[in-house]
Amino acid sequence: MTINRREFLKVSAAGAAAAGVVGLSGCTGAKGSGNVVVIGGGYGGATVAKYVRMWSDGGINVTLIERNTNFVSCPMSNLVLAGEKKLEDITVSYEGLKKHGVRVIQGDVTAVDADKRSVKLANGDTITYDRLVVSPGIDFMWESVPGLTPELANTKILHGWKAGPQTVALKKQLEDMKDGGVFAIAIPKAPYRCPPGPYERACLVAHYLKAKKPKSKVLILDANDDVQSKKGLFMAAWKDLYAGIIEYRPKHEISSLDANSMTLKFEFADAVKADVLNVVPGQKAGDIAKQAGLVTVNNRWCGVDWRTTQSTVHPTIHVIGDATQPAPGMPKSGHMTTQHAKIAAAAIVSLMSGEQPADPMTIANTCYSYVDGKQAVHVASVHTYDAKEKTFKTVAGSGGVSAARNEIEGKYAWAWAKNVWADALL
Amino acid sequence: MKRTSVVIALALFGLTGSAFANEANYGRNMASACSSCHGTNGKSVGGMEALAGYPKDKLVKALKDFREGAKPATVMHQLAKGYTDAQVEAIATFYAAQK
Repeated sequence: MTINRREFLKVSAAGAAAAGVVGLSGCTGAKGSGNVVVIGGGYGGATVAKYVRMWSDGGINVTLIERNTNFVSCPMSNLVLAGEKKLEDITVSYEGLKKHGVRVIQGDVTAVDADKRSVKLANGDTITYDRLVVSPGIDFMWESVPGLTPELANTKILHGWKAGPQTVALKKQLEDMKDGGVFAIAIPKAPYRCPPGPYERACLVAHYLKAKKPKSKVLILDANDDVQSKKGLFMAAWKDLYAGIIEYRPKHEISSLDANSMTLKFEFADAVKADVLNVVPGQKAGDIAKQAGLVTVNNRWCGVDWRTTQSTVHPTIHVIGDATQPAPGMPKSGHMTTQHAKIAAAAIVSLMSGEQPADPMTIANTCYSYVDGKQAVHVASVHTYDAKEKTFKTVAGSGGVSAARNEIEGKYAWAWAKNVWADALL
Repeated sequence: MKRTSVVIALALFGLTGSAFANEANYGRNMASACSSCHGTNGKSVGGMEALAGYPKDKLVKALKDFREGAKPATVMHQLAKGYTDAQVEAIATFYAAQK
């Protein structure tokens, strides 16, 4: 049997209809049609919105719903804390996405109705979709720190784990701290967003204190048994650059917090009193993922098919970024999230245009951490789809970390930020 | 019958002779992973090598040199080791075609 072009188009249409696509493009140059709604305008949401517009040649409508007025980057926000950069330096507007034809709505999604394919906003509006991308990042498990409440976390016991007002407020606490004070950062049990982030923060806070308040201390109170990322590189920095300032204490899982006396208690270690308590609570997929019924793993994370990022619960919904249950070796990082976004964009354009999907792409992660105002270190990895095991795996022999901290990578780290922001938002 | 037709169509896709299903999009998608650092379609905004319009042979050689340690690097020697020759070829073909 042979199949001619006409029959092929019929077959494609049937396939697309089976996949739940509303319409098909003609031969106008645009690929695909229909409506995509994206929840969340962070690294993942912004990237997928732009790439669906770009790869469909404007054929697919994209609506991005984000609660904040601007994108503020978590990566690089520790530089703001240390006074090396300003909040404006890590802030990007959504105007660039609008130029790609993305409809950007500032608002809060309160509910997803997967059967009706619609999302409801806090202002009462309802928006329907053919495909939905859920990129909500993380929310906190308040119960992981007895004594901590959302209200306390917005006033006195800050996490600084979502960049923006939290970053500014934590910087103020650091600046207001007396010389000789103690800045304690409490790290939750893995998995959490940005594995090296807390250790980078300790370095940059110490970098600031060393210059401005040299009698002060930084205590790292880690719920984990050991440093979670770039261990040798961070330990070397603590020893060489911050001896007498940074002290690392593993196996410090918080049993309670007393905000009045600024004290943390631990099950198996002495209590700690500090002048600034930077408590990063345990984390889970952003709350909307739970409401939408997408959480499948440990009551925390969303399971997806990594070839397309489709939810294992609702195939018309894609979940990307920190909210997902990652494939083995995939970190919860901003860079990794942009890679999820590209897998999602390619799948969405294929599914909504009847185009033959390409083989699964290989993705990579490169994550820089500063250890002072100028020097940085990295961890990198490459992940490829394993058809037998039906998941992504790190490629044996690839990836690694810096040989030693250096200023060249300090420059690359900032160039990474400028390029990844442009790729996501401009 | 519809289901049968789809299956036959998919089977035919597999016989087109290319190394990858939907070769053009495969190269585009693979290269997009690099764009997070090197700029959308290889158009770097600075501080990273711009790959748009990079001659194919030159990019293939650079990635092989990174992989073999013949070209010094901070990160690329580690990343290049994650790609097969055919994948490098697909990425380089895409970037060479970008204006």
